[in-house]
Amino acid sequence: MPILWLRVALGCYAVGLLYALVTLTRTSDLLSKVALHAAYLGMVFHFVSLAEAMRLSGQIALTSVHNAESVLAFLIMVVFMMVYLAYKTTSPGIIVFPLVFLLTLVAATGQQPFLQMPPGVRKGWLIAHITLIFAGYAALFVSFGASLLYLIQEHTLKSKKSTGILSRLPALEVIDDIGYRSVLLGFPFMTLGLIAGTTVAQATFGRIDFLDPKILLSILMWAVYLVMVYTRWNAGWRGRRAAYLAAGVFVAAVIAWSANYFSSIHRFVQS
Amino acid sequence: MTFRLIGVNHNSAPVEVRERLAIPESRLAEALQQLVRHPGVDEGLILCTCNRVELLARTRNGSADLRGFLHDYFLLDPAALEPHLYDYSEAEAIRHLFRVTSSLDSMVVGEAQILGQVKEAYATARAVGAVHSQLDLLLTRSFAVAKRVRTETAVGSSAVSVASVAVELAKKIFGSLQGKHVYLVGAGKMSELAARHLQAHGAASIFVANRTYARAQQLAAKFKGEAIHFSEIYNTCDRADIVITSTGAPVAIFRREHGEMFLSRRRNRPMFFIDIAVPRDVDPEMNKLDGIFVYDIDDLQQAVSSHVADRKKEAERAEEIISSEVERFQARLQTLEVVPTIVSLQDHIETIRHAEIDRVRGRLGPLSPDQELAIEALTRGIVNKIMHTPISTLKTAARASEATTVIDVVRRLFNLQDQKPGKPDGEPEEHE
Repeated sequence: MPILWLRVALGCYAVGLLYALVTLTRTSDLLSKVALHAAYLGMVFHFVSLAEAMRLSGQIALTSVHNAESVLAFLIMVVFMMVYLAYKTTSPGIIVFPLVFLLTLVAATGQQPFLQMPPGVRKGWLIAHITLIFAGYAALFVSFGASLLYLIQEHTLKSKKSTGILSRLPALEVIDDIGYRSVLLGFPFMTLGLIAGTTVAQATFGRIDFLDPKILLSILMWAVYLVMVYTRWNAGWRGRRAAYLAAGVFVAAVIAWSANYFSSIHRFVQS
Repeated sequence: MTFRLIGVNHNSAPVEVRERLAIPESRLAEALQQLVRHPGVDEGLILCTCNRVELLARTRNGSADLRGFLHDYFLLDPAALEPHLYDYSEAEAIRHLFRVTSSLDSMVVGEAQILGQVKEAYATARAVGAVHSQLDLLLTRSFAVAKRVRTETAVGSSAVSVASVAVELAKKIFGSLQGKHVYLVGAGKMSELAARHLQAHGAASIFVANRTYARAQQLAAKFKGEAIHFSEIYNTCDRADIVITSTGAPVAIFRREHGEMFLSRRRNRPMFFIDIAVPRDVDPEMNKLDGIFVYDIDDLQQAVSSHVADRKKEAERAEEIISSEVERFQARLQTLEVVPTIVSLQDHIETIRHAEIDRVRGRLGPLSPDQELAIEALTRGIVNKIMHTPISTLKTAARASEATTVIDVVRRLFNLQDQKPGKPDGEPEEHE
């Protein structure tokens, strides 16, 4: 059943994807409304799917890759909706919808390796760890998307040609604000998530192996994230430099995620 | 007599070309005097705004070399200027002038500023005696046409000024203008207008820097803003989010290094420079800095071009008005040419009539007053009947733009030599 609901959600997100693609060539108010409603609907089905998966497995369903991707997609949509409510703009959808669609697609069809669960892991901490980290990822992704939009909008303003979709992007400062706030929002989540993870690891293994790729890369990602927050906050870095930094953190996050496939303590296995 | 108009405007030439042709206000009178001294030029007017530089002249037989004047005056390579130059004569020159004063040729169609600028140019030209006759008539007419276009069409009513375009762009950068600071460098009319718009949309405070401090204070008082000494601009400009420059400085005031300085002081918060000065006050290099956006007068034009389309219909109606006005004015000019011929024709015939009466009076003997009257009435009647057709033909010909030919024929037929067509300069109006 969860997979069915997820596929319905996927159908809804497809409308969002269509919106993103169409918006590249021309603007349509109607389509942006339809996409928004489809996104709402998709989130409802998505939530039902996640809740059912949790209930069925009786434990944290988050620990399979497919469910993890599904959760990540859902959280990104949540951040997108928050941005929409705060700024009344669907423009980030141009970047958010394709990614959410992709994540959900993989989740709805892909194979399902599970996270190898060492015995004796404390469930509460693990849930906290995964949820917090994912919230951090989602915020980070939105920030990265905002940076891309910032670059597009900046280029439009500099080249002095305001046509098509580009003229409909939110104001530069608003995009910047979205990016900055998501960074600020994501950082505590990421930090707390890593602390929770450390606690889990310590409780499970007794000590932490700092040379384990997963841990090393996570710390690296966190450090880059910290640098980004600091430069934004202190030097007011924005635009191109902020976008490069956000891209850097994003890449670090993806690498840290991929470490799940070869880390000894944090590993996905085929069930 | 021939009207000629040559020049460049925002459509024909980029700002790089226009700024090289700009004549500062202080040197306008001298340039005008030079223009009317140019061979073949009887009257002249120079219109120099940030969007156009135009020479309008009444020339003898259209022979004057206005291009030559431009090249000599600005010491320019003719080849560099040629592709951007437009050159109109007669009806086309009149039409162009009417379109300009009616603001149909403006960057922002319908804006009212251009009329004032033409009037100023006219006042200057009149003051130095460069405009005194038919050109005077033409210019006065063009003001009336502008007024007609303004009252009879909606072209001016919804004018999207450069100012509102500036507001729109500022919103694209800053989102809301609430709490944003505006800095005027140079206290021109246009920047004042832009500042007023920005303030109306929520801009927090206005700073005014001007070379004449008193003028800065005066303008700042209008906005309840702050006047700043011109020497302080580099130290204070970073306080502003939006900078509007409109000085007459011959070289850029703000250069890349200033931009870098402002950005570091502002911790990279973006700045928007609106440069409405020609020559430009802001080095285009500044636009390459992250976080600084520079729009010069041409860029603003691109931004408004979409709005222009909205008023296309009204503009079409305005064009119709102008076409009919061009015809009317030409007819009037030609009537001006015909009138002296008619007058001398009448004089000529009247002289003959009097001579003939005098000649036969001796043979008729003493006449009673009644007989005198009868003879007078008879001869007058014959003359009037005969002359009716030629005179009305002349009048019609004037409107049918074949005046010159008909005038020529009439003059030869009646051997009229005393008066030339086209009275000497000075009093063409008296025939009206």
